[in-house]
Parts: sequence; C-alpha cells; structure tokens
Amino acid sequence: MVTTDQDSRLLRMSGIVKHFPGAAALDGVDLDIRAGEVHCLLGQNGAGKSTLIKVLAGVHQPDAGAIRWNGEEVTISSTMDALKLGIAAMYQELDVVDGLTVAENIFLGHELATTGVLHRKRTTEHAAQLLARLGHPEISPHREVGQLPAAGKQVVSMARALSYQAQLIIMDEPSAVLDPEEVDNLFRVVRSLTEQGVAVIYISHRLEEIRRIGDRITVLKDGRTAATGLEVGQTPTSELISLMTGREVVTDFGGAPSGPTAEEPVLEVEDLAVQGVFDPVSFTVRPGEVVGLAGLVGAGRSEILEALYGARRRTSGTVKIHGRVLRAGSVTDAVNHGMGLAPEERKSQGLLLDQPIYRNITLSTFARFARGLLLNERAERQAARQKAEALQLSPPDVDRQIRTLSGGNQQKAMLARWLVHGCEVLLLDEPTRGVDVGARADIYTLIRDLARQGTAVLLVSSEIEEVLGLADRVLVVADGAVVHQGPAAEIDEHRVLDLVMEGSAA
Amino acid sequence: MSLDRASESHTSSVERDLSPAGETGPTAASRLSLGHSLGLVLALAALVVIGMLTGGERFLSMDNLMVILRQAAVIGVISVGVTFVITSGGIDLSVGSVMGLATVWASTLGTQALANDIHWGVMVLTALAVGAGCGLINGVIIAYGRVVAFIATLAMLVAARGFAEVISGRQTQIVSVPDFLSTFRAEFLGVPVIVWIFLFVAAAGWFLLNRTTFGRRTIAIGGNPEAARLAGIKVKRHQVKVFALAGLCAGIGAVMMLSRTTAGSSTHGYLYELDAIAAVVIGGTLLAGGRGTIVGTVLGVLVFAVLTNIFVQNNLDQSVQALVTGAIIVVAVLLQQRFAREGRT
Repeated sequence: MVTTDQDSRLLRMSGIVKHFPGAAALDGVDLDIRAGEVHCLLGQNGAGKSTLIKVLAGVHQPDAGAIRWNGEEVTISSTMDALKLGIAAMYQELDVVDGLTVAENIFLGHELATTGVLHRKRTTEHAAQLLARLGHPEISPHREVGQLPAAGKQVVSMARALSYQAQLIIMDEPSAVLDPEEVDNLFRVVRSLTEQGVAVIYISHRLEEIRRIGDRITVLKDGRTAATGLEVGQTPTSELISLMTGREVVTDFGGAPSGPTAEEPVLEVEDLAVQGVFDPVSFTVRPGEVVGLAGLVGAGRSEILEALYGARRRTSGTVKIHGRVLRAGSVTDAVNHGMGLAPEERKSQGLLLDQPIYRNITLSTFARFARGLLLNERAERQAARQKAEALQLSPPDVDRQIRTLSGGNQQKAMLARWLVHGCEVLLLDEPTRGVDVGARADIYTLIRDLARQGTAVLLVSSEIEEVLGLADRVLVVADGAVVHQGPAAEIDEHRVLDLVMEGSAA
Repeated sequence: MSLDRASESHTSSVERDLSPAGETGPTAASRLSLGHSLGLVLALAALVVIGMLTGGERFLSMDNLMVILRQAAVIGVISVGVTFVITSGGIDLSVGSVMGLATVWASTLGTQALANDIHWGVMVLTALAVGAGCGLINGVIIAYGRVVAFIATLAMLVAARGFAEVISGRQTQIVSVPDFLSTFRAEFLGVPVIVWIFLFVAAAGWFLLNRTTFGRRTIAIGGNPEAARLAGIKVKRHQVKVFALAGLCAGIGAVMMLSRTTAGSSTHGYLYELDAIAAVVIGGTLLAGGRGTIVGTVLGVLVFAVLTNIFVQNNLDQSVQALVTGAIIVVAVLLQQRFAREGRT
C-alpha cells in the first residue's frame, strides 16, 4: 500500500465476500472511500449494493475480506459498532419513528439524559444546531416526524447520523422519494456535509444525478467490483452502463408511439375533481393511446389516477369507460370495467409479499378462474406462468414468494396481473421506480406492445424524459391543476419544466 | 435508535440482492406450515407420553379420549372462526360472550316452547342467528364504522355478556327439549355428535380457507388490505363476512354447549376468546394477518385439551396448569418466529 494514499483514505474494504444460503451476494468486493468525497455506488438490482452497505453498516457480517477504517483494521459486528466508528446509513425506507418529535428521533438510542432523566432543553438545542448545520433551520425540533414530508424525514435521518459524529453517511436511493426541487436541496446538504469533511456513499439509479453530485464511482456487477474509483467527470455514461450491464445500452423507449388504434375514446373524464386535492380535469383517451402525466411529486398526478380508479372518492365530475359512468369510490367497479392500476408504492400498495408470485398475479382474477366458490389454482398457475414467460420474469418459477424478486421483477408481476385481467385502460404510477436498467427496457417494450394491441395507457412518472419518450399525449400537472395538454411530440423537457415551475410558483 | 427495526425491515430487501437461487423455493410456505405443524404434533405426542406415564391405561382409554375431544369440541369450533378473523388481519374478543348470549337466547322459555311445539331446530337456528348477528354487528362497526377491531369486539364482549344477564336474569336456564338433547347428546359410530360437529366444522373451515375464493380473499385482505383493495377486492364487505363467520361459529359452539351442559347460562364461554386466540396463535396463524392454518388451530386446541386432561386426571393444581399454558404459548410463538425467519432468508 502506498503511504501517501492512506492519509486521505477514510475507508478501505477489500475482498469482501458474503454468502447467503444458496447464493453469493458479494463475491470479492473492493471499495475505498476518501474523506469528504461523494462516492457513488452503481449497479443493477441484485448486483450487491444493498448487501455491501449492510456489511458496512454492521447489519451483516462478511464471510471474508477486510475493512480498514482510518487505516486500522476493524470488525463491525453491529449497527451500534458502525455508529460508534462514525458510519451511519440512511435506508430507502427511512427508519424514523413517526410518533416522536424531530429532536426525539435525532437522539433516539443515545438520548441526552442523566440516569434516565431526559434533558429536554439540551436535546432541543442540539437538534436545532444539527438541523441548522444541514441547512434546514426551518424544521422545528418539536415537530412530530410523521407530519413531515419524505424530504423532511431524510433531513432528520441525516441529522441523526450527524449526532453520532458520522464521518461517513451511506444514502440508499435518497432521491427516489423526492421531486426535483427537493433533490436540489438534498444536494446542497450533501455538498455542505462534504465540505465539512464527511464522506458520502451515494446510491442511485439515476445517472444524471450522479453526474451532478458524485466525485468518484464504483460499479458493482453480480457481487463483484466491476470498476472502482472512476472519476465522474471522465467516465462517459455509455461506459458506466456497459460496466453495469455488460452491454451497450441507450435509453430506448421502443421507437415512436404507435398512436391510437381506434377513434372512439375508451376513457372519458369530464370535470373530474377531488375537492382540496386537484381542480376539475377533463380529457379522453382512445384505445392504443399512451397519455403521460408529468409534474412534480405532490402536484396531484397520482391523485388524479386514484380518483379515476375509484381508490379516492371523486367529489365531482364523471369517469366513463365505453360511455358507461363508473361508480364513484368503487375500485371494484373500475376493475370490472377493464381498468387496472400499478400503484406507486409496489410493496405496500400492490403486493402480498408473503404469497407466491402466481397468487399475486391472479389477485384480481382468481374469482374468474374459480368454479363457483371453488378455486382453480391449476388454471391460475398456468395463466400466471404464461404471462411470466411473456414478460421474461426472472426467475420464472411462479410458486416462489414474491418477496424474493427484485424490484423490476415485482413490477413485471404487477403488470402481469393486469395482463391476465385483460385491461382496456391501464394506469401506471411510476412504473420504473426502483427498477434496474434491464427491466426498465422490458417495461417500456411492454407498454408499447400493449398500446399497439389497443390498450389505453395512462402513465405517471417523475422522469420527464420517460413521459415524453413513451406518451402520445402529455398532460402537465402543477399544483393540483392540469396546466397543459398536447401531443408529446410538440413539447420538450425544458417546456415541461417551465410549465411546472410556473404552476407551482402561482 | 430504532436499529433493530431498521435491520428487521432491511432483511426484506436483502433478498432483492440475493435473487438467483435464494433458499425460499416453491415449498417455502408449505414447508413453513409443515415444519410448524410437525412441531405441534411432536408437542402433542410428548403430552400424550406424559399422560400415559402419569395416568397409565386410563389416559389412553377410549372414554378418556372422548372426554378430551368433547372438551376440545366447543373451543375448537370457536377457534376455527377466530382463525379466519385473525388471518384477515382482525381480532375478535367477543366470541366467548357471544356464545354465552346465544346459549341464553336459545334456551329462554319462549324459544324452548317454540322448539317443543315446532321442532328442536328452532333452538339451533336461534343460536346460529344470534351468533351470526353479533358477528355481523362487529363486522359492520369495524369495516364501515372504522372502529379498531380490538375495541369494537371488546365492546361486544361486555355488551353481549350484559345482554345475556338481562335476558336470563342471571339464572341458569335448564334445557327441557327432549328431542334437542337426544339429538346432540347421541353418539354416532361411538363418537359423540358434538365431536362430529367439531370435525365437520374443522374440515369445512380448512376447505373454505384453502380452496375457495372466500379463503383467498381472507388471506389477501389480511396480508395487505391496500393491495387487495386496489386489486378490486371489496375489502370492507369481506371483513363483515369474516366477522359474521366467527359469530356463526360461536353460535354453533352455543348449540354444542347447550347440549353438553343441558343448560343456557350467561356465564358460558367465559374467557373462551383468550383460549381461542391462544390456540390459533400457537397453531401458526400469523397474528398480523395474511397467513392462517386450520390444521394448526386444531392441533393447538388439542394441545390445550390434552394438557387440561392430564392436570384433571392427576388432580393437579389449576393454577399450575395456567402457568404451564402460559409457558407453552410463549415457547410456541418463539418457535413460530424462528420458523418464519428461516422460511424467509
């Protein structure tokens, strides 16, 4: 080892191996982190990113390999060990306690107390200092965390990390739950952390974010380090993608949209509104047409889908499928008339995680396969298997618990549910969130294929590029109102952003 | 700091990184319940050995076996109903009281007079209607009134007991409908009718939970109510049905109780809800919902019935029995959690 390197080297992991029963999650990973850098960890789902950071955070113990921290070899056998060293992890599902205040959350587990009696005032002061250091003095330490938006919870989580004097903070897809403005904020905070010498391991699927915030990149593939210490500025995207996938990929939405397959609209929405949530909106969708809803998180895009679908009771207006008005607030009615929704939060809103894949796929249709009350599981399996094969679900075994699938494959199972159902109108809310590059392409292809076969698709996505690339027509939503409707070909990313910003400023 | 919680919740996303050949193969779920049932079968076998060692031949006699089964029958039927409620993500604390109320209502002078005039079936229908009716009220209050199941059924527990006392004037009501008694106190193939009822309800419950759309919906709304709703399942309506089913089982239990004790009483079924929940939980049904097993419940009921029998046979202290029962519940649930973890990784 070269001694000059060691000074700046905060962490060095070498040859890390971690086996789980039946599979090697990590098979010789090297990673080194310098103080004050933003080190991006890239890799597809299943590449070993989560396992690696859990080894680092003390959740898992490696089977082999060495970890050097500030030049000394260490064993991290619990999360408390990691925190004591100064390594804190912020997971995707933030581990804050909703019922406690901001200050209580920050000092959870190491409360400022003397013989069990809390120092409330000192706790509040310290919390306020930490929040100020993160550039968010507006968050009151007394606020209940449950009332904060996701971005606020992240700040609390970071403040907690700082309260342990963390020198290294691991952030697992922090931007997944944020809208662009909040991401800017997050990056400001990250920069101020690194200026103070704190190192950040940043995990994201979004390459453009990595370009903006990252210093160096490590790419994992199949549990191994494919490349490490790449300088962000000097590594072209195509190289990164080929390192991740082993093949050259460009964002391919499967060509231009094919357009409607019939003139008569299948879905007619007239003055649909939910009071206090979004203003009246009207539009129609024809068979085979893909309509995208663009806008910021919280602008009302998901809420429009939910109201269409009956998952949220509309307060005015009508929703018609083939001219027939759907009952307000009845998902069952919507489903029976050929609508399907792949919700934003797959795990909490879409799946029965403990159940086998096939039962998740037939969740909307098992009664159709049944003879009277009697289930026909053989037919269910067969239908599920057929769609799983068509979607290249991996692994293709539909008897496995759906919990064991990667995010992208869970999303495919979700879509398979509606393929079995035979939807005429498919509502997709953030269909590629948390989905790796390979599965993304599959999902784009599927959307295209469905449209070509006459399915009407309504697509909500935070990635404007995705909306513009997939949709025939775009609705731009800002602040609970549709501010623009028009063909996707006549609008570009900048214009959409302009509209969104105007709308939210007003 | 909620580190434990964090690491717990993150074990779930570990598998994401573990995709190719994770241990959770096709048989994970079935192996889980098999393994767990096996544990209960072993526990039951151990108890039988203890019974033989302490009670000798008397313990193994057909008579004693029937005593055990008769003992298990009422609580067994109630536990089958409670299995559905717990699998659906709910809880029902009222089943014992509801059973008591049903025994009282079905044995009032008026009902008995009608039963003597028309048919003993009047008593049966009354008991079933009272049970199902109370369950229906529970379900409507929980599903449409959005009252937490724990609270709604706690209210029913108190209210049904009180109502039973009002109707009966806290008097024991002797059943004097000869046909009713002769029907239900009879034996068929050497096995008492109420034991047959238990076996039938258990078999029907197993079928309903594992082979029908009703069962699938129950598991779905217990596993993830939001996902079930967004898949088009009428979650509230199904919740009502599940609670009504539990009430119906309490009503069936009431009929069995009436014939076994030949009396209706507002004190019948006291604390049965706890016995039922204990049996369901040690049986392997997930208290959080989404996974249920009737076989496990039946085994759970039998474990407790055999335990009681051993204590009674040997004239042992009931307080000690309570202590042992508590220990069994804890050990069983600890084992269950271990199986659950193994089944997942």
